[in-house]
Amino acid sequence: MTKVGGQKDHPVPRAIFPNKVLPYLLLAPQLAITAIFFYWPASQALYQSMLREDPFGLSTQFVGLANFRHVLADPNYLHSFQVTIIFAVATAVFAMVPALYLAVMADKVVRGRGIYRTLLIWPYAVAPAIAGMLWLFLFNPSIGTIAVMLRSLGISWDPLLNGPQAMILVVAAAAWKQISYNFLFFVAGLQAIPKSLVEAASIDGAGETKRFWTIIFPLLAPTSFFLLVINTVYAFFDTFGIIHAVTGGGPGKATETLVYKVYNDGFVNLILGESAAQSVILMVIVIALTAVQFRYVERRVHYG
Amino acid sequence: MATLDLKNVRKVYAGAVEAVKKVDLAIPDGALCVLVGPSGCGKSTLLRMIAGLESITEGEIVIDGRVVNDLGPAERDIAMVFQNYALYPHMSVYDNMAYGLRNRRMAKPEIDRRVREAAATLELAHLLARRPRELSGGQRQRVAMGRAIVRNPKVFLFDEPLSNLDAKLRGQMRVEIKNLQRSLGVTSVYVTHDQLEAMTLADILVVMNGGNVEQIGAPLEIYEKPASLFVASFIGAPPMNLLALKPGEGRPVLVDGTTIGGEGLSFSKEAATLGIRPENLFLVTGDSNGSRPDATLDIVVQAIEPVGAESFIYGDAGKERLVIRVAGKTVVEPGAKIRVGANAADLHIFDEAGKRI
Ligand SMILES: Nc1ncnc2c1ncn2[C@@H]1O[C@H](COP(=O)(O)OP(=O)(O)OP(=O)(O)O)[C@@H](O)[C@H]1O
Ligand SMILES: [Mg+2]
Repeated sequence: MTKVGGQKDHPVPRAIFPNKVLPYLLLAPQLAITAIFFYWPASQALYQSMLREDPFGLSTQFVGLANFRHVLADPNYLHSFQVTIIFAVATAVFAMVPALYLAVMADKVVRGRGIYRTLLIWPYAVAPAIAGMLWLFLFNPSIGTIAVMLRSLGISWDPLLNGPQAMILVVAAAAWKQISYNFLFFVAGLQAIPKSLVEAASIDGAGETKRFWTIIFPLLAPTSFFLLVINTVYAFFDTFGIIHAVTGGGPGKATETLVYKVYNDGFVNLILGESAAQSVILMVIVIALTAVQFRYVERRVHYG
Repeated sequence: MATLDLKNVRKVYAGAVEAVKKVDLAIPDGALCVLVGPSGCGKSTLLRMIAGLESITEGEIVIDGRVVNDLGPAERDIAMVFQNYALYPHMSVYDNMAYGLRNRRMAKPEIDRRVREAAATLELAHLLARRPRELSGGQRQRVAMGRAIVRNPKVFLFDEPLSNLDAKLRGQMRVEIKNLQRSLGVTSVYVTHDQLEAMTLADILVVMNGGNVEQIGAPLEIYEKPASLFVASFIGAPPMNLLALKPGEGRPVLVDGTTIGGEGLSFSKEAATLGIRPENLFLVTGDSNGSRPDATLDIVVQAIEPVGAESFIYGDAGKERLVIRVAGKTVVEPGAKIRVGANAADLHIFDEAGKRI
């Protein structure tokens, strides 16, 4: 930045308010919401994560980092971590691959393009718990339509007893909802690729599949990376409703993700201190993911 | 090395837009054919039909004696330079040029040889590892050219390749393209709306208007004998002076009654418009001895535009506005009454429909 006049360092002229109070008043609602719904609970979680409380709330004891040590050494917690990773990766893959496929196909449609797009975006408006119920019904071992079909194919379908099947079910429900969102971004990403690039590639002798893998897919990399982060965050933190409706974390602990475990330990088992420690760990994970998103999505993966 | 023939080619877009109407064109081996015309006249459409990027509604496109209507862009053995260059942004300059060769499963050493040879020709050798976004406009343009020449195709297609460059670079690249095309001897079609570019590059110039071909010929031939009013006004800068004649007179009288002086000057009865290029008009002074102009017209000077090597005098004859081009500086002042003259051989006469007589 070059300094002009040498008085102020601001590269962008700063808005000057004659009234000293007004700017703070204008910011107040946003600050209040952030404080009440984020900083307050976050600080409470941090505080509680260092206490040990009995289930009836009669005695509280300061224990420092003991809760964290205990949680991180707990095989159940590590198992939950593993479940979450599997769940997040599977959800991201199954939410992104079909979305990309649909977007590429929708991009080729000339007539009625708008209708296809609108219809494909609708599932996003369905509430997570409803989406979960829908899948639960479809796959219910005794009354579900798809469960019947699966059984007639010779698959013994019982997600209430079979852990991997339960996982498949929650992944399907979580990914299904996210496909619409990803679809929207992929469509926008595809539209941003100049048509002449694809034409140049076809003159250069690349067939349709080749064009996709060597030109279109690499140019979608920024979009894909962005969606990968978004979908991972979604799978980590936004799927409570679905898991709660479909499996409740079971059978056993087969679908108990980290977020679900916070709920189970805190509100069901009333181990408040450890539950708080878990949510602090989750908070660190969110911050890390957001940092990755800011650092790479907004800067690095960019073609010009 | 190939010829390119268009036979009765027509294009109707969905929605019944007739973008190209019955174009017939034969381009001999090694010639550079320039399509020129105003915006929306169908130049790009025609080029894209040759490339195979647009379907052909009617007619035939023949490359090297083979009808290519049903062949895809890859099988026609053509290379195209796009207006925005269409370089692959995620590939290095080297990979941009090699892409088409790799797709054709050429051996690696041969690819390398060709890419380096083209890079040397285009002075890109030191830029091979860069991405397109790290290049200047002129360098990108060169890479786009390189991508076309490594393929060694039968036909080059250019769609306004220089329109994103500044005036100076455009002039420079124009010369380079011409030299390159001539030395490679590849049959080429070049689209532009810049008539100067068209005049200087073309072996064959095709002037288009509203989906029709108005005239085909050598650039100077078209300049000297424009086949229609449209061509007369489109080719040449500043454009030809066009004066409306009083209909059915057969005498050189303008619509407003102004008479053009001159002995034995008579036009056919169909003559509707008289055209004279600015440089074919000259000032007639009282003491001009000997050479007497075939036609003279009295005008009132309105404005002078000196541009250095030459000056343009704008003046009115009755209701008609004329431009006269004179060498160097001029001593005429605005408001002065002057007499301009022209030789009969330099007069262009057009009929009611705008056709040359
Ligand atoms: N995909 C399309 N669908 C319908 N009409 C089209 C399409 N592409 C072009 N046209 C129409 O066809 C006509 C010719 O277009 P074209 O692009 O060939 O013009 P052009 O001579 O290249 O003009 P410019 O100098 O502005 O590039 C125009 O009227 C345009 O509106
Ligand atoms: Mg065009």
